[in-house]
Amino acid sequence: MAIHALDELNEIQIDVLREIGNIGSGNAATALSAMLMHPINIAVPKIRILDYNDVVEALGGPETMIVGLMLMMEDDVQGMLMFLLEQEFADVTLSALMGEGYGSVAEMDEMCQSAIQEIGNIMAGSYVNAISEMADLQINISVPSVCVDMAGAILSVPAIHYANIGDKVIFIEDEFNRNGQESSSHVLMIPDVDSLKKIMTNLGIEV
Amino acid sequence: MSKTVTVGIADLNAVRSPDVLVTYALGSCAGICLYDSATKIAGLAHILLPSSSMSRNVDLKEAMKFADTGIVLLVKKMEGMGARRANLKAKIAGGAQMFAFKSASSDLGNIGARNVQSVKQTLAQLHIPIIAEDTGKDYGRTVFFYGENGAMKVKSVKKGEWVY
Repeated sequence: MAIHALDELNEIQIDVLREIGNIGSGNAATALSAMLMHPINIAVPKIRILDYNDVVEALGGPETMIVGLMLMMEDDVQGMLMFLLEQEFADVTLSALMGEGYGSVAEMDEMCQSAIQEIGNIMAGSYVNAISEMADLQINISVPSVCVDMAGAILSVPAIHYANIGDKVIFIEDEFNRNGQESSSHVLMIPDVDSLKKIMTNLGIEV
Repeated sequence: MSKTVTVGIADLNAVRSPDVLVTYALGSCAGICLYDSATKIAGLAHILLPSSSMSRNVDLKEAMKFADTGIVLLVKKMEGMGARRANLKAKIAGGAQMFAFKSASSDLGNIGARNVQSVKQTLAQLHIPIIAEDTGKDYGRTVFFYGENGAMKVKSVKKGEWVY
């Protein structure tokens, strides 16, 4: 079977993506703990193949304000990674990182922007390393771009860019817990179809 | 009592006065509002991409994704309801650049601008004048379009509201 679009993946292939998501989310929790110098626990992530409309609903509807971080994967694997952080998650993480005087991510200054980019870098690295190590592929990531706006507007960007591949994405939902405070972040993984085949082939899965 | 009809992504619809059309959170997508003030018929299309030449097989559902084919479908739908093409006036919104992103290999950056350009071209070919425009920049927009008077309200969570 040849994969042309994400909605053609079979159960085994989706399981592989789930495993990548699990490892990536674990790595992300470890990295965040180190960065914030505070233990962060993570629940087993939910990983689903969704279309854009469902993603928007899962984020609370098209007009929900979220923090979007977009990165491109390059080298052996190409495609897009997008982190969608609830404003609360971004605020909690940023205030832990920047301490007193931090306002809110909604009024983002340059300092705040760099901090959130750094968080994006670390989290993206966590997921990309999971793929890299499992499938033995070289992947680089671009510097993240940040946008705080309505969920629907942010998601229009991958929806447009990947309209030719289909309207499905790999959606990873992480619940982080710090001091009993829960906050969630979401990751969209949109590998190019050829890259997806490469990952599967390297893992010995038939494509 | 007016009713509000939601237009999704890659979707279009038309209503009669006093009903209202809404499309939520346009980012780089574009919203095209058409109004016939004689019959008070209002139409709204939410397009994703500039041109149907980007797609291999354009069926009816696909056609709503693109500026060129989507606008033509909207005009036909409105004509079907009794609107006259010669009366139509357009107001357009959206086509923002959400992420400041620089990459040599991708055209991700200017897709919003290309959407707007294609919308303008298509409207020009159909001889429909654009009488108001709120496009480009870097923020998302929700658009309400009122069948009663053809007013377009643009709402941004970051910047506020405008009525055109």
